Amino acid sequence: MSEPLILGIETSCDETGIGIVRGRTLLADALASSVDEHARFGGVVPEVASRAHLEAIVPTMSRALTDAGIALRDVDAIAVTAGPGLAGALLVGVAAAKGYAVAIEKPIYGVNHLAAHVAVDTLEHGPLPEPAVALLVSGGHSSLLLVDDLARGVRPLGGTIDDAAGEAFDKVARLLGLPFPGGPPIDRAARDGDPASIAFPRGLTAPRDQADHRFDFSFSGLKTAVARWVEARERAGEPVPVAQVAASFQEAVCDVLTAKAVAACDENGVDMLVIGGGVAANSRLRALAVRRCAQRGIALRIPRPRLCTDNGAMVAALGSHLAAAGVAPSRLDLPADSAMPLAMVSVPG
Amino acid sequence: MRVLVLDSATPAVTAALAEISLGGVALLAQRRTVDARAHGELLAPEVEAVLRETGARVRDLVAIVAGLGPGPFTGLRVGLATAASMGQALDVPTYGVCSLDAIGLAATSADADAGPVLVATDARRREIYWAVYEVGGARLFGPAVGRPDDVLDAVARLGVRWAVGEGAQRYADLLDLTVADEPRYPPPAALVALASDRVLAAAPSERLTPLYLRRPDAVAPRAPKAVLR
Ligand SMILES: [Zn+2]
Repeated sequence: MSEPLILGIETSCDETGIGIVRGRTLLADALASSVDEHARFGGVVPEVASRAHLEAIVPTMSRALTDAGIALRDVDAIAVTAGPGLAGALLVGVAAAKGYAVAIEKPIYGVNHLAAHVAVDTLEHGPLPEPAVALLVSGGHSSLLLVDDLARGVRPLGGTIDDAAGEAFDKVARLLGLPFPGGPPIDRAARDGDPASIAFPRGLTAPRDQADHRFDFSFSGLKTAVARWVEARERAGEPVPVAQVAASFQEAVCDVLTAKAVAACDENGVDMLVIGGGVAANSRLRALAVRRCAQRGIALRIPRPRLCTDNGAMVAALGSHLAAAGVAPSRLDLPADSAMPLAMVSVPG
Repeated sequence: MRVLVLDSATPAVTAALAEISLGGVALLAQRRTVDARAHGELLAPEVEAVLRETGARVRDLVAIVAGLGPGPFTGLRVGLATAASMGQALDVPTYGVCSLDAIGLAATSADADAGPVLVATDARRREIYWAVYEVGGARLFGPAVGRPDDVLDAVARLGVRWAVGEGAQRYADLLDLTVADEPRYPPPAALVALASDRVLAAAPSERLTPLYLRRPDAVAPRAPKAVLR
């Protein structure tokens, strides 16, 4: 008997993603992005994203089904991101998922977007040894989680108290005249710069922050420090050394992220770190994580960049994990919850 | 021919099952819950309920009819996403109907002597979605969005003496028209009636594009230096 066929729908931000998996085998990962429509605003505009999701959902589904070589009626269960994310955007995906589930008379799982970022790694690297620590970094989130049981409970260890890491990349990119989203152009610009050339602050790493914010992040002070530095140069009539600023800013972000992730592993006696989210595509973050994990004997898993950014495959992967673990599906009245708590991996049935 | 009807353009989250034949439209079951904040939770269970009540299987459906609005965007999209996904999964056509048209058709059929009617629903931000219908249900003006006092000119020009819809009730004191109690929301029978020709003719499936009438709110980019403030 073959493993169940699970379809995942993701609409929590600006990507309409539909993924199809059988067990841990990825069969399709179709994506439509409205990122170009947001670029001129320097950030995601919720109503623009919601409109784009409604337009994209049916054609993206068609592509996913064609890629997987299946029909919707072959699907055994539908998984959909129920939160956290943009309320109106989530609602389009949840409503569509319910329509599909009712039409094919199959169960639906409303799942947690952050847990899905962790689950997607199982498609590439196999079952996740538990407990593990997960570092999730993107334009929407920066979180450290302790994963005891990916099907039933994920514990937040810390998160950002202001901007998400990816947001800081976007804002600094704008400051440097680089395009949106800011992650890839800063990564590129930083290759020609010296990461130690400018000493930018490391948020929440001072001894006094260890009691309350040991595993929290703050990138707002860093962003302001970069802005001040750039402005001082401009006022002095000097050119802004984009590569040096990009490299030093990127170093400050990646240093804090990896140091805290490794410390979280140490403190919890965990020897497995998973990194996900769009910022996990950053080359410096990967290099630093590899080095620091090797030093401490921590196994490191980072899915390929395509699986790190928001997509439907991650939702299907989590749905598949839930189904295999015998977790009860959600009910048809499951809500989209923009602030879905981390402790809730899926909406209880 | 069994048809599912969905409308989420107003606080009334509506699902209904209808039988269309050459003889006309018969409503077999309907569910309607008035709650402006829970469209996403309410609609799919309503669909299941109307199917269960009639003993119909979802694969018996030959078409899906959906109200395109205008209406508050977030709730409106729930009905259209549900209709589009069901249509795709069942491989049946989807047909869109202006939600105000359904109220207009029902209102003018109920009272043929009352003349043209203003249909208005709540657009929030102290505005209404509105349109004017002549007896028989044909649209004379709209759909449009605006402040209640913006409609007064058009209404006078078109000889409108009465109004219906939840928006007309909410702003009755600004409209200076007789406001009838019903229909307050798009009646499912009227929604189906407006699409029945297309269902009977097996017309090509339509993309369910919402009647937004408003541009998205988008903040203009700030100058980079605003980061410092
Ligand atoms: Zn994400």
